[in-house]
Amino acid sequence: MSEVKKIATRDSYGSTLVELGEKYENLVVLDADLAAATKTGMFKNAFPERHFNCGIAESNMVGIAAGLAAAGKVPFVSSFAMFVAGRAFEQIRNSVGYPHLNVKIGATHAGISVGEDGATHQCNEDIALMRTIPGMVVINPADDVEARAAVKAAYEYEGPVYLRFGRLAVPVINDRPDYHFELGKGVVLKEGKDLTIVATGLTVAPSLEAAQMLEKDGVSVKVINIHTIKPLDEELIVAAAKETGKVVTVEEHSIIGGLGSAVCDCLSEKMPTLTKKIGIRDVYGESGPALELLHKYELDAEGIYRQIKEFLNK
Amino acid sequence: MNKLELQKVANEIRKGILTGVHSAKAGHPGGSLSAADLFTYLYFEEMNIDPKNPKKQDRDRFVLSKGHTAPGLYSTLAHRGYFPTEDLKTLRKVGSYLQGHPDMKHIPGVDMSSGSLGQGISAAVGMALSAKISNESYHVYTLLGDGEIQEGQVWEASMFAGANHLDNLTVIVDNNGLQIDGKVEEVCSPYPIDKKFEAFNFYTICLEDGNDFDQIRAAFEEAKTVKGKPVAIIAKTVKGKGVSFMENQVSWHGKAPNDAEYETAMAELEKAGEALCQK
Repeated sequence: MSEVKKIATRDSYGSTLVELGEKYENLVVLDADLAAATKTGMFKNAFPERHFNCGIAESNMVGIAAGLAAAGKVPFVSSFAMFVAGRAFEQIRNSVGYPHLNVKIGATHAGISVGEDGATHQCNEDIALMRTIPGMVVINPADDVEARAAVKAAYEYEGPVYLRFGRLAVPVINDRPDYHFELGKGVVLKEGKDLTIVATGLTVAPSLEAAQMLEKDGVSVKVINIHTIKPLDEELIVAAAKETGKVVTVEEHSIIGGLGSAVCDCLSEKMPTLTKKIGIRDVYGESGPALELLHKYELDAEGIYRQIKEFLNK
Repeated sequence: MNKLELQKVANEIRKGILTGVHSAKAGHPGGSLSAADLFTYLYFEEMNIDPKNPKKQDRDRFVLSKGHTAPGLYSTLAHRGYFPTEDLKTLRKVGSYLQGHPDMKHIPGVDMSSGSLGQGISAAVGMALSAKISNESYHVYTLLGDGEIQEGQVWEASMFAGANHLDNLTVIVDNNGLQIDGKVEEVCSPYPIDKKFEAFNFYTICLEDGNDFDQIRAAFEEAKTVKGKPVAIIAKTVKGKGVSFMENQVSWHGKAPNDAEYETAMAELEKAGEALCQK
């Protein structure tokens, strides 16, 4: 296999903001002293007059974004997922969500792949928090191509959007001429008839690998990439559940409240299906190199394969 | 408007506050009444607004950061012509657009949804920043409670406003001295308030009597002379102002008058209104 290109989605975020900034004068970027890490520093360098560092004050940053949006700007606010979705949850809920203001939240360093910083910085709860807010769109892109498309789609969409990005460089899997991003639409990456894997974010690539491993064992696996967790592509998921009879969800997020829960919410009502949720199992993360953590918490191809085998053998 | 005209308007606004809260059987009369004169001055004298075109881009903005005093804002907006005063009676009722706390999506004239304390000031800062980015000339006003400034977010927002020289922002603190649990200095003292804003690079004006239109006018006129800094007006007011049995009584922070109390209060305001008409 040839060497796969790897890019962190936070890089895709930063560079796409610059691209959009050139086209749209109403685009403004806010940071909370993490412009270098969230990669919005690229925007700062290109458009210093439209970049504002709020200092280490995420709650206020979100509130300022609400005011900017109320006055006609399109603000992108950036911090680590933990500090924006976590600390500023109520500001997002009350100052952005309730008035349905056109604020885009670019949350980087999501999940355990933050790595060495450890549990305090590894947010495995943001999808759960954000998807409970009425009217909030939640996007978790799988790679560079999807992340770029997601940032553009977020700009074009009128209303609050939560964008989830990672710190770790991840394989580019969507680099094909016919790639098309549509908000709220899942993507079938592989057909199969025995089982459907519904994956999101950085677990999409290892899920595809795990599917290939399962094929060698004679299991035919369909793989769906869900980049938009809210609104969820229920039609696609229900159809896949009907087709394959078993569903496995995979995410770098708590199994409580994330993609797995969203899929179960949908299926339990519309197509009750035996479903296995793979993700962070109601525990905090820990320090360590990202790839080692993904291995330990069984979110690499090997771990996903093992958990699916266990599920099938039950 | 001259002082007498403003007083008359404020008296009507106070009646609207009581009518709304009485009809809802819930709400916050104390802090609505303490700020009634500030609301009146802002909407009838100070701000560049057009009730017929509530969303016009170059309007001055107002954010009620102490969102629980929505009855004060609503009564002011109604009397200013944004919506019928009759609607004040629908306050807090199921299906009414007059939500318990300001809702910008449904209430004409409300520039920002608020209610969770400490958040409105950040939005006001964002609006002021937006004007600076695109060279717009509008001014942003925000009204905070003296209890509200216990919220850390107020100082995050103030730090940003000061650091970014937002001289198109005026923060007003309704310093009525009382919050739900008692006197502000007994709950958790925010004093000295002026020195705090000064330390955050604001130009600070201490308004000794925030229920007196001469002094209110002087404060806002002084604020207009300030360049390069945001302004904080610390307005000493009387909670429950205008209804004698509510004045300086913490129990009237968030309670509606019963029918008898409502009659008494309205009679007192009627009398005050008549006295103003004879001046």
